[in-house]
Amino acid sequence: MAEFHQSRKNIIRLIFIGVFAVIAMRLFYLQVIETKYRQLANAQAIVRKLIYPTRGIIYDRHGRVVVNNTALYDLMVTPSEVKHLDTAFLCELLGIDTATFRERMEKIIIRNSRYRQSVFAELLPPDVYGRIEENLYQFPGFELVERPVRNYPYHAGAHIFGYIGEVDSATIRRSDGFYQAGDFIGKTGLERSYEDVLRGQRGVTYLVRDSRNRIQGSYAGGMYDTPAVAGKNLYLSLDIELQQLGEQLLQNKIGSIVAIDPNTGGILAMVSSPTYDPNELSGSERNKKFSRLFTNPELPLFNRPIQATYPPGSTFKPVDALIALHEGVITPQYGYDCRGVYLGCGRPIKCTESFPGHASNLYNAIAYSCNSYFSQVFRFIVDRERRPALGLAEWYRYVSDFGLGKKLGIDLPGEYSGYIPDTAHYNKIFGKGHWNSCTIVSLGIGQGEITETPLQLANVMCIIANHGYYYTPHVVDSVEGDPDFYRTHLVLHRITANVSDTDYDIVTRAMAAVVERGTATIAAIPGITICGKTGTAQNFTIINGKRVELKDHSLFAAFAPREHPKIAIAVVVENAGFGASWAAPIASLMIEKYLRDSIATDRLPLLKRISEANLIPEYILEKKRRIDSLNQVRDKLEARRIVAR
Amino acid sequence: MDTHVRTSTDLIKPGIDRVLMALYFILVLIGLFSIFAVEHRPGEDVWYNVLHLSKNYSRQLMWVCISLVLALGILLVDSKLFPALANLMYVFGILLLLLVLVAGKDIKGSHSWLVIGGFQFQPAEFTKLTTNLALAKYLSRLDVDFSTLRARLIAIGLILLPAAIIVMQSETGLALVYLSFFLVLYREGLPGIILIVGFSVIVLVLSALLVEKHILLMIFSVAAAFVIYFMRRSFRRHPERLFLILLIWGFCSVFVMQVVPYIFTHVLKPYQVSRINVMLGKEVSPKSSYNVLQSKIAIGSGGLFGKGYLKGTQTRYEFVPEQSTDFIFCTIGEDFGFIGSIGLLGLYLILLFRIIQVAERQRSTFSRVYAYGLASILFFHVAINIGMTTGLAPVIGIPLPWMSYGGSSMITFTMMLFILIRLDADRQKILR
Repeated sequence: MAEFHQSRKNIIRLIFIGVFAVIAMRLFYLQVIETKYRQLANAQAIVRKLIYPTRGIIYDRHGRVVVNNTALYDLMVTPSEVKHLDTAFLCELLGIDTATFRERMEKIIIRNSRYRQSVFAELLPPDVYGRIEENLYQFPGFELVERPVRNYPYHAGAHIFGYIGEVDSATIRRSDGFYQAGDFIGKTGLERSYEDVLRGQRGVTYLVRDSRNRIQGSYAGGMYDTPAVAGKNLYLSLDIELQQLGEQLLQNKIGSIVAIDPNTGGILAMVSSPTYDPNELSGSERNKKFSRLFTNPELPLFNRPIQATYPPGSTFKPVDALIALHEGVITPQYGYDCRGVYLGCGRPIKCTESFPGHASNLYNAIAYSCNSYFSQVFRFIVDRERRPALGLAEWYRYVSDFGLGKKLGIDLPGEYSGYIPDTAHYNKIFGKGHWNSCTIVSLGIGQGEITETPLQLANVMCIIANHGYYYTPHVVDSVEGDPDFYRTHLVLHRITANVSDTDYDIVTRAMAAVVERGTATIAAIPGITICGKTGTAQNFTIINGKRVELKDHSLFAAFAPREHPKIAIAVVVENAGFGASWAAPIASLMIEKYLRDSIATDRLPLLKRISEANLIPEYILEKKRRIDSLNQVRDKLEARRIVAR
Repeated sequence: MDTHVRTSTDLIKPGIDRVLMALYFILVLIGLFSIFAVEHRPGEDVWYNVLHLSKNYSRQLMWVCISLVLALGILLVDSKLFPALANLMYVFGILLLLLVLVAGKDIKGSHSWLVIGGFQFQPAEFTKLTTNLALAKYLSRLDVDFSTLRARLIAIGLILLPAAIIVMQSETGLALVYLSFFLVLYREGLPGIILIVGFSVIVLVLSALLVEKHILLMIFSVAAAFVIYFMRRSFRRHPERLFLILLIWGFCSVFVMQVVPYIFTHVLKPYQVSRINVMLGKEVSPKSSYNVLQSKIAIGSGGLFGKGYLKGTQTRYEFVPEQSTDFIFCTIGEDFGFIGSIGLLGLYLILLFRIIQVAERQRSTFSRVYAYGLASILFFHVAINIGMTTGLAPVIGIPLPWMSYGGSSMITFTMMLFILIRLDADRQKILR
């Protein structure tokens, strides 16, 4: 009996140990071997929240804030928490119909699940925000979330600053997990080229939530949190008032203005017209406004100062003169007896002036922009060598030296290089040895295959003003907290052909004569010596399948004051006629504004006349009218849909 | 009786098992701190909550105090009182259970609560104590020979009567606890074959539920054929063996093909079937599987060393339902990890072994049976409770002794343990 009890006592103990051992093994499996429960727990209880830093602020050369941040609100929705919703009321507040409401809701649920918060309406206009905020308690599951957006107090400089937009999937993939869907990234302009600097560093905070998705506080005392670092501020060489004036002068015109400080290469103003108010692309209805800009036949999104290329026309003549002087093919006293047409190559080349002596020496030839003179000078340059190919190659080297036919490396995206034809170009067209200086004589007067951007034209003025060097044009002078920026970004380029100071002085004197007594007397400002050169570029377009010659582009390039140049400027007004008629006075007003800080009263009528002129070609206006009426119909339909609700 | 003046300390101190006392206090403290961890939020005034009984942990503290008063009372009374009152208390317990059937209140789907003066009380917890006492009393009677069928039937009847009434109260989980008394009966001489048969039936039920019926039938048939083939020579001398094998084969087949499906469709309630199916992994019922999944996530996320006290996220932020009561083990699992879980399991195992050791040193049958009864009940509670939090056992809602929040269970388990301590202190005096 005793043994029997003894064994049963032990069997019971064995049962206890056995069952507990099974439980212990189960615990070992759950807690030590299987790792998915930890992940599940983190997924349930821990919320990873990104903290977006504020984007860097942008200042102009006088410390004025030109790009700022302001807050708009997105209406967010968590579909699973939407209950007893007065859909009609919410739709009324938002100005949408119930069909749109349902459509958006379905899209959100499909894309982002019922339980996650998604954007229902983004960047609400302030009035809509106010109405919704008042009534938000009636809409469970909806929340207003602040979103910083860009704000432009001067409503100018759209092309320079660029805009930010939602990052695209290709960039997300390339960024190695840095960007996430819905993040904003600089798309164009400074926002894009200085994205790394402006965006700052995102912070992460880990929060604990309970089973009902209520935030309970920070996770692990904030041990794993990283703070957001605000984006760095940019300080520009830009003068925002000068920029505004430029935009005013070019309104209702197609064209560009580039103004550079030749002493630093800093961009003072860079106008692309037509332009738009940069605030339009940062507030509500951004997508709609963007698509309107995108389809506008005037191409307002096109950044003309660095992306449009034009034949330089007569503005190229000072470069011709410098090459010829340095090569010694002419002296300043060299004259050409022009009677209004150049016949040296058989087919006549017309000259705008015909009075005798307008090309009696280099100074007059530049002042009166004699085509015959520079056709002849160009032929001297090309024919100096035994073969025209060698002469052109030499010319090409000089022209490249002046920053033409290549990108200058401005700190804005999308710069074009323009085009300078070389010997290979003509060998290909005419065959090797089958062309000569006469074949390509129009290059001498800046016509033909040669094209340059307004930026390059302004840069040429810098080189002349500086007597042989330029700094890489740039918009950003310095970056907050980066003392080395200036040193690393201010790059000096010296012209390799060592053109003498005397030669520069000669050309400068000639350019001063342009304004004093030549083609651009309209640009003269009492007390300021402007050295400039007008240009008039022929251009063609295709309308209804026919090549049509359009009204000439009006060009003017200048620097001032002559003694210590502070501003170099290039103005292009498309299809506006003579350089002297529009581009020159625009440049003159810009120079006056920059050097004197204001426009003299007696010149205000000029300012008014130019600002109010509409020089957009008829064929573009026609296209624009068609698209505008289409948009109007679209707007009406949309409005009717809302009313019909 | 001794002649010197007896003081209460004299009465209590000698012979008291300090190991049991220590284990009891450790477990109660762990329980209080676990409930505290579930409810406490940083910045809350703990003392205010304690004084105003506004939190589960403060109410649990109150129950602990009440239990300790009762425990002190038990230590102060004469140990002869327990066998003397056993039958009376059993009858009282049965009457309480019957009263619940009539006047009970429905709380969380079970009709097993009495509400007295604002307090809820669950007699099904209390009758564990009375049944244990009555069983010990019956088996210790000099005129009872447990080797007789009659005595065995009466003992089983004593156990099953309260269990049956509790089933009627829809507290199947607590009723199942009474099955643990069979371990006591085994200890006292019930043939082991009954345990084996019982275990086999459980295995059969499980396989009937998990394996396709026809496959099981084929397995049984093949197994029987093999056995018959290998034993074919002995059948000439023992033809009854062939008959026995065929009988077992027939029973298993009928059981699997008919009985189990019948029980599942006609006897068990749908929610019970669902719980069992969820435990077996056959069904994913959103609610019951949600509880178990959340419990497993909480325990599993604790890892080897745990997240640290008050650092658990799953147990503190309402992810695990019934966190303070049935699923209190999750707090240990999450905050203290595998090490802490094993430690707690170890404490319970030491307690069980100590009770058996205490049981075996008793000279009276009453005390021994009583001790085994306590050990069996504790074992069942701990195994099933932790089993259900880890997904090994179906969720039948029985508390973890001294840890789960709840007055009935705290008082019952405390009284049961202290009665044993009291009996053990007098083990030299009680002979029967």
